[in-house]
Amino acid sequence: MFGLSRGDAVLWLFVLLLVLAAPILLNPFPESSALAQFNAGYPDLMQRFLIFGIFAVGFNILFGLTGYLSFGHAAFLGAGSYAGVWMLKLLTINVLPAIIISTLVAGLFSLLIGYISLRRSGIYFSILTLAFAQMSFALAASVLTPITGGETGLQTALNDPRIFDAANTTGNIPAPSLFGMTMGDSHQVAVGDWLWTFNVGYYLCAFVMMIAFYIAIRIFRSPFGMMLKAIKSNNERLSYTGINPRPYTLAAFVISGMYAGLAGGLMVAMDPLAGAERMQWTASGEVVLMTILGGVGTLIGPVFGAGLIKYFENIFSKINESLLQTWFSFLPDGVSDFVVTVIYPFVGKGWHLTLGLVFMLVVIFLPGGLVGGINGLYKRIFNKSNQAN
Amino acid sequence: MELSAILLQVLNGLDKGSAYALIALGLTLIFGTLGVVNFAHGALFMIGAFCSVTLQRLLSISTVTLDETKTDFLGNPAKITTPYVETWFGPEVGSAIIDWSVPLAILFAIPIMLFIGFAMERGLIKHFYKRPHADQILVTFGLAIVLQEVIKYFFGANQIPAPAPDAFIGSFDFGELIGMGAGTLMYPYWRIVYFLFALIIIAAVFCFLQFTTFGMVVRAGMADRETVGLLGINIDKRFTIMFGIAAAVAGLAGVMYTPINPPNYTIGMDFLVISFVVVVVGGMGSLGGAVLAGFILGILESFASMRQVIELIPGINQVVIYLAAIVILLARPRGLLGRKGVMES
Repeated sequence: MFGLSRGDAVLWLFVLLLVLAAPILLNPFPESSALAQFNAGYPDLMQRFLIFGIFAVGFNILFGLTGYLSFGHAAFLGAGSYAGVWMLKLLTINVLPAIIISTLVAGLFSLLIGYISLRRSGIYFSILTLAFAQMSFALAASVLTPITGGETGLQTALNDPRIFDAANTTGNIPAPSLFGMTMGDSHQVAVGDWLWTFNVGYYLCAFVMMIAFYIAIRIFRSPFGMMLKAIKSNNERLSYTGINPRPYTLAAFVISGMYAGLAGGLMVAMDPLAGAERMQWTASGEVVLMTILGGVGTLIGPVFGAGLIKYFENIFSKINESLLQTWFSFLPDGVSDFVVTVIYPFVGKGWHLTLGLVFMLVVIFLPGGLVGGINGLYKRIFNKSNQAN
Repeated sequence: MELSAILLQVLNGLDKGSAYALIALGLTLIFGTLGVVNFAHGALFMIGAFCSVTLQRLLSISTVTLDETKTDFLGNPAKITTPYVETWFGPEVGSAIIDWSVPLAILFAIPIMLFIGFAMERGLIKHFYKRPHADQILVTFGLAIVLQEVIKYFFGANQIPAPAPDAFIGSFDFGELIGMGAGTLMYPYWRIVYFLFALIIIAAVFCFLQFTTFGMVVRAGMADRETVGLLGINIDKRFTIMFGIAAAVAGLAGVMYTPINPPNYTIGMDFLVISFVVVVVGGMGSLGGAVLAGFILGILESFASMRQVIELIPGINQVVIYLAAIVILLARPRGLLGRKGVMES
């Protein structure tokens, strides 16, 4: 189907189904139940799942295929965000040009940085990308304030030119929309005690994400993708066969930079605000965490990892001490106090601790990430049943 | 521009450069011996800084007695706190001990940092010798997050001040010393102390490696681990000890840095990023290069923060280190003093 093998087509359709049904699937608990706070089916969070999924899928094209570990990818996300907000300010409140331009701007930016950084490999490459990203962050937060809005960030205003839109200097700041469909609009359906929110912005993200995912699958299976894998497994041998690997790695770098820019563009399409902290190296570290956690070099892993981390960040971090008390209140007093004291440092504000521990365990025991681990388990069971036959 | 202004920037660069150099020295030591890229090194610096905070708190544990003769503004009897050290050693010696808690923390931190270093190497890093550098970076990055969060859990997220002894508060007038007029070149005492301390530590590490049999074996192991192992020397054990020493160097750098910059749990990460740039600029695996690059980048950073320079090139103070790193890496692929064949695969 569309040039995909049967397995890949099934994977793509499976992801499509999950993404379309996410508003229902992510709200498994009735509104009035105590578990309702574990529901992740609200638009803001679901959009973030997809946007960071795109970011991580793109990062995986560079790191998963070529093995070049970039510690500065957040710079492209940030550049894309700024470009997106400027398009919303200057051209039109329609998000389409903003998303396209932010992808292109991030592509150009990554071409420049990639051209220089890819002259080195290994840790030198990581440090060069880190240095460029930190420079972009520092400049965006200080000197480039007229362009980036400095520390307060860049946002749309009422008196923006918006040359393609009808003049509008009264009333509210227009909200980003796609041909009249406002991103923030939602359609809520209540079935019994369940409340499902179908959000316009979310489905735009879903549409873009499915295209991005399709392109990623095609890249993985293409001769170009094979070349990138060859760079990862043995760069030296590849150059002995008379092939110059540089253009291929640079292409991979620019593609992953464009994915990051696309994610940035979508981010501002959902919420027209861009701040410098989006470019900081911790943000670059986050996408590395997502990719590794889900499974580097696998197709679906990064999406999975992005979802997991964003879920932890938004849901897990809300658990507080009194909530824990009510959960364990069925235990005898002393025991429940003890259990709460033991668990408390790992949830709520301490969720980073859990993240760090899980991440370490994954790197130590599952070098292929969670998806790699599941695949391994599946293969082991499958092979055993084969032997039995 | 006056000469005194230039000298002042050099001096300002020295203390930051000392911290960079000490952290980068430890990083390079670990990389040169074990071949491991340790992203948790900044966390070791932070733990060192919190050693001095902890000691200060331990020393200030007090007994509370009620003084019936005085009352506070609510009419209750006034509380008088007396630290235990003052009751044990008498008020004079006791308060002196509390005053000198930061230098004393050096003694407190060395065994702790050595222990943490050994535990880290034996418990985690040992299993990562044969894994790719990317895996080492990632697992130590995870460890850094964990250590950071543990410290945050116990000490909170705010900066905690740990002042220098009273004797070192104030500034030394270099201007008067070299005859440029009083008050032109003021430099805080503690920063002089920090610089000298860093020089001593750096010299000690180099002497240890250069002039002892142990150091000779370690250097031989750095050059060719396999051959040294074939000679019947247990090189792994020595490398573990070197990891402990590197951790202690980072920890001591942190202990002494607390009066300059009150630590919070992110201080390690802040320094780590720059320290990695320093190590790479100096050349991976080159101890001299790490120290040299540390001081050069520290001084460069303080020059870039001068008002005249910022007026000329806005924003340069924020980016000068990274800019220098990019230029040096592109002009000299192996860094300033890097050897051939290190980290080039």
